[in-house]
Amino acid sequence: MINFLNQHGSELIIKTWEQIYISALALFLGIIVAVPLGIILTRYEKTAKYVMSISSMLQTIPSLALLTLMIPIFGIGKLPSIVALFIYSLLPILRNTYIGMNKVNKNLIDAAKGLGMTTAQSIFKVEIPMAMPIIMAGVRLSAVYVISWSTLASYIGAGGLGDFIFNGLNLYNPALIIGGTIPVSILAILTDYLLGKFEKKVTPITKSGVKK
Amino acid sequence: MSTAKEIVSFRNVAKKYRGGSIGVENINVTIKEGEFVCFIGTSGSGKTTTMRMINRMIDPSKGKITFKGHNIRHYDPVRLRRTIGYVIQNNGLMPHMTIQENITLVPKLLKWPQEKMDKKAHELIKLADLPESYLDRYPAELSGGQQQRIGVVRALAADQDLILMDEPFGALDPITRDDLQELIKHLQEELGKTIVFVTHDMDEALKLATHIVIMDSGHVIQDDTPDNILQHPANDFVKDLLGEERLLQAQQNTLSVSDIMSTNPAKITLGKSLAEAIRTMSLRHVDYLLVTDDDNKLKGYIDLETINERYSKDASVSDIYNRTRMKFNKDSYLRDTSEKILKQGYKYVPIVDKDNYLIGTVTRASLVNIIYDAIWGKEELDNPDEIKLPASIAKGSDKS
Repeated sequence: MINFLNQHGSELIIKTWEQIYISALALFLGIIVAVPLGIILTRYEKTAKYVMSISSMLQTIPSLALLTLMIPIFGIGKLPSIVALFIYSLLPILRNTYIGMNKVNKNLIDAAKGLGMTTAQSIFKVEIPMAMPIIMAGVRLSAVYVISWSTLASYIGAGGLGDFIFNGLNLYNPALIIGGTIPVSILAILTDYLLGKFEKKVTPITKSGVKK
Repeated sequence: MSTAKEIVSFRNVAKKYRGGSIGVENINVTIKEGEFVCFIGTSGSGKTTTMRMINRMIDPSKGKITFKGHNIRHYDPVRLRRTIGYVIQNNGLMPHMTIQENITLVPKLLKWPQEKMDKKAHELIKLADLPESYLDRYPAELSGGQQQRIGVVRALAADQDLILMDEPFGALDPITRDDLQELIKHLQEELGKTIVFVTHDMDEALKLATHIVIMDSGHVIQDDTPDNILQHPANDFVKDLLGEERLLQAQQNTLSVSDIMSTNPAKITLGKSLAEAIRTMSLRHVDYLLVTDDDNKLKGYIDLETINERYSKDASVSDIYNRTRMKFNKDSYLRDTSEKILKQGYKYVPIVDKDNYLIGTVTRASLVNIIYDAIWGKEELDNPDEIKLPASIAKGSDKS
């Protein structure tokens, strides 16, 4: 282990950084597209069905195939990987946002409107806070997916910890495979944990004296 | 009431839904300031639709609705809603906001300064008869009845004159509902708020309303005061809605307390000595006296027992009198008051006019006479041995 770290230590740090960079960017893009889209879709029930099925369909494309399909459009490297992973991150966030917003008690929305909130005020002050736990569950799911799948991105030259794993496979070197896999898992678990913390922070309090 | 200004009016209002189904049709109703209007009907009668058109939650497809003399189409819907209170069935409190934030929701939308909002919150929690410490709590920590109390006072936070209530007490137990009915009746009577109330409960409507609008399948069937509706139901639908029993009772129960009160109550003014009080009592053969100030405004009562316990030569009535426990306005109906008097075991209840001047008393004895008449009828009993017990009483006596 110490041997492995001596040999690959600096490389490991660089690759881990690449992994974080790719996943974070894909997830970030996913959030800023899927959350507003999910909210807008709750206002257009009919369109929502189509958009949901399209994003479900995208989800069924095998990840390796999707990555490869990006090459003719974006070439190789980080950009096509980020785009592909972004597409993957969409569905869980979009679906959860849509469901979360739809599940907000209709009475509350009626009250918000009846008391004189504008549509925007109702969305930002009532509906999003109420839907937050469900939206965040989607974000956490997407985050874990994106981090583990971004190892495949090394296949189209994006770098990241996938490089260790593919090298290990090619050279029949289990140490490299494990050396790449463990950081990915740690990364995914750590991200999920941090997002969990964040979720608690943004979930509105509904009981006094409960420290979160 | 007839001189009051109109606050809302419906003129030939209709609402047709897409696909041609009719929500309501040909609605002509005038609501005056200070009224308590109940829209009553079965589900699907259009009562809620009609109410929701007032604050533009639903826009009419035809006709004109005015609010304070202006066509509501000329108001910005958001601003209009902020000037009209709104209470819904399941309280509609925001679970992620404290009670204070909930109460001051509309003032916050109106960008009131924080200080003014704090003051309002404290004022309204008192009105709701809840402790101020509740302001920092969240709705989930209150009982259903308490939540709805907040829901009701929230509708007043921006000093709205008109409050719309959509079956607000439908989900509450009868006792809690009673309490809340008292609260909103207080809002209407003491604070002069106009209340538009949707319900399907005829008891609730008769208890609260000064003006009832009966609706069925999108049309107004009858639009009148509760008494006129009870005395002259417009058609069989209204009769069914009222029920046989209420119609029968209505014949007897239109007596107001002033019809049966004694106008010469045993009373004494605040300044008199206790010796004089005792003298008046023995003169009138009673063991209590009502206490008034020099202008004949009711202050409380004094009884023999208290005098006995706390007698001293120099004391006057004002030192030892008790505050009034219960009093009724002279216009209250006997049907609303008799039960309270009998159940709570008062021997007498003072009757006051609207400025709290003492004008008489209703005694337990006089009430018992009325109820006796209601059960037995007024015929003279020539031969008391042949009395047949009324069915309801006879059943009970069989067992004994």
